[in-house]
Amino acid sequence: MPDYTADELMTVVAARQLADRTVCFVGIGLPSAAANLARLTHAPNIVLIYESGTIGSRPEVLPLSIGDGELAESALTVVSVPEMFRYWLQGGRIDVGFLAAAQIDRYGNINTTVIGDYDKPSVRLPGAGGASEIATSAGEVFVIARQSARSFVDRIDFTTSLGHAEGGSSRDRYHAPGGGPTRVITDLGMLTPDPVTRELTLTSIHPGVSVEQAKAATGWKLRVADALAVTRPPSAAELSALRALEARTARAHAEAAE
Amino acid sequence: MTAFVSLAEAIATHIHDGDSVAMEGFTHLIPMAAGHEVIRQERRDLTLIRMTPDLIYDQLIGMGCARKLIFSWGGNPGVGSLHRFRDAIEHGWPQPLAYEEHGHAAMASAYAAGASGLPFAALRGYLGSDLAKHNPNIRSVECPFTGERLAAVPALRPDVAVIHAQKADRAGNVLIWGIVGVQKEAVLAAKRAIVTVEEIVEDLAAGPNATVLPSWVVSAIAHVPRGAAPSYAHGYYARDNGFYKRWDAISRDRRTFLAWMRENVLETGDFGEYEERVRKAANA
Repeated sequence: MPDYTADELMTVVAARQLADRTVCFVGIGLPSAAANLARLTHAPNIVLIYESGTIGSRPEVLPLSIGDGELAESALTVVSVPEMFRYWLQGGRIDVGFLAAAQIDRYGNINTTVIGDYDKPSVRLPGAGGASEIATSAGEVFVIARQSARSFVDRIDFTTSLGHAEGGSSRDRYHAPGGGPTRVITDLGMLTPDPVTRELTLTSIHPGVSVEQAKAATGWKLRVADALAVTRPPSAAELSALRALEARTARAHAEAAE
Repeated sequence: MTAFVSLAEAIATHIHDGDSVAMEGFTHLIPMAAGHEVIRQERRDLTLIRMTPDLIYDQLIGMGCARKLIFSWGGNPGVGSLHRFRDAIEHGWPQPLAYEEHGHAAMASAYAAGASGLPFAALRGYLGSDLAKHNPNIRSVECPFTGERLAAVPALRPDVAVIHAQKADRAGNVLIWGIVGVQKEAVLAAKRAIVTVEEIVEDLAAGPNATVLPSWVVSAIAHVPRGAAPSYAHGYYARDNGFYKRWDAISRDRRTFLAWMRENVLETGDFGEYEERVRKAANA
């Protein structure tokens, strides 16, 4: 048995994708954990930007919301929300947008709006928030999501955030300044778009996970790279940094409840 | 010119049935006390405008105050669903809720357009998103200089903006700091503005670039310490993340929700009494 969980490995692998000095627009939840782990390990100069307006946040603990006070206190500066979306995101200052997804399809299009029909939804999800414009304005997009046949689906019920549209060069017709999704990190492996068809392809598989398992957790016929890599397991340093961050976070949120 | 009044009087004077109301504060400085007072005074048929409905609108929607919602992200941050918001959209309870859905970029721009006195906002937004197919207020314009097609959304011009701030001085000038969200834009876009504040001071001691709303753009100020709880007021108290988690169980079931609202909001006279009651229940 490995000495780490699938979620821990997913977060570690996601963190590794962020190079030092990257300017990263961070979604709440899994992306925020990965981006802060990157900052606390190999990328001390990464610039974390949250849509609440905080630029260069360096929180000691993970925020529960996108606007926890520590994001502002630890930031280089805090701007208004209109400024954040207009000058910084639309203005082209973001290298990587880091998003989560409720549903994703083979071309990296994301649904966070509804399950079922828009006007009569079976499940109403929170909606777009900043994601639609992060997906089209950030230089590139990373996605982190737990992989299952319910979330990695043949057809998403609603396109909230544009990925590679219907594949190939079809994204081009929207004239999005950003390049779209370049990697999808899951608890089973990593998927990257085929350079020509733009279909998400399994290019790395996590240790102990079988290709069959990954295929079963995908709602379309998952393509597997010829040169399938096996993900490097978390190092002791990565794991201890992540666990310390999560322990600090749990303690802080418990205290705040009192 | 600003009037210093009780919160009850501010709501009674400035918010009427059928008004469009923007209670803003992006995670920070959410005017929760004002939301409770609107519920106590049983306002109806409101068009509620807010980027993130959060607990404040979950409560107003569940208590039947809203006819329509304009929003861009409807979740309980870091916890999950807003159950009253979902129940209204999925099942029409307690009454059907019309809604106009945007993304944050468009909604922030729409407030800025309202504050700027412009009829609409243009942005490079909604590219390839299905939102434009379902919201007739998401249209497009062609740039007269480059020919680029841009998304266009109507300016937000609420009847009333409601915000919570850290400080007001005795002349009625208001200071906010920390995550300032869209409050300045919401106030300047609205016809009337109600502000609740943590404290009233002699001197704001604000630097020249601080976010200050001059007294002559504010209609009424009410002194409501802790009026943003369970969200937070930077420099005064932290976000009560535990309450956001507890709200999930309180709001999931209609009867539990109604009983909780009756006991804690309808049967309390003001926000101080509400907070005392909730604190006692949490420690029991």
